[in-house]
Amino acid sequence: MTMKILLNNRSEELEGESISVSDMLVQKKFSYKMRIIKINGTLISKDKYDTTNINDGDDVQMLYLMSGG
Amino acid sequence: MKLAEIRAHLSKFRVGIAGAGGLGSNCAVALARSGVGTLVIADFDVVEEANLNRQYYFTDQIGMSKTIALKENIWCINPGTTIIIKQEKLDKGNIVQIFSGCNIIVEAFDSSSMKEMLIETVQTKMPGIPIIVGSGMAGWGKTNDLRYRKIDDTLYVCGDESTEVTDNLPPLAPRVAIVANMQANVVIELLMNNNYQ
Repeated sequence: MTMKILLNNRSEELEGESISVSDMLVQKKFSYKMRIIKINGTLISKDKYDTTNINDGDDVQMLYLMSGG
Repeated sequence: MKLAEIRAHLSKFRVGIAGAGGLGSNCAVALARSGVGTLVIADFDVVEEANLNRQYYFTDQIGMSKTIALKENIWCINPGTTIIIKQEKLDKGNIVQIFSGCNIIVEAFDSSSMKEMLIETVQTKMPGIPIIVGSGMAGWGKTNDLRYRKIDDTLYVCGDESTEVTDNLPPLAPRVAIVANMQANVVIELLMNNNYQ
């Protein structure tokens, strides 16, 4: 099974029917640790990455936070 | 719209600035020059010599608390700006109270973990309040990589979203001040639109 999501406004395919945020990060090889993730407009805090699922059609926004200011 | 009308409109609003380093000091100055009425500036640090390569401070302010030094500098630019200073380290427990009443919050930290903590707190505990994030401004050049992105109505990011400050890629005045002024520009764009009366 595969599903389609929007990731930063671009269509992406993921393996599975519904996967956790943590699994999505592994599957997409997103290793940089400092980030903000929102699913359908709701911010998902880091401690919820294992227990929050991404489903087909979801709108996922990811923002990397780089040190410096 | 005439400058006097723009300033009269902006004078009605309160903007929170989280951090008074390279982003925060330059952004606060741009907002004060534009006529934003009240700035709530939070920082617990003091001015150091190493800050002067990009932050809006002067040599005779070394050792002074950044919030007090910035208030002094803004006073010299636009004494009509109301500056509320908070000499506290921001954490999950005090952010809501410190920035209560702010129409918009500017994220101006340098550490990525502090950026994350602030954004998570504002987005979950202050619903509807836009936060303008700075991410990616290390080094020099690559001017066209610096950009603005609206994620949704409450989350905006300015910067290249890719360069991280290291010993060999330090923050320099031009790129940091460009991003700080991009953040100020987003604040003004939001305040000038019809949702803010």
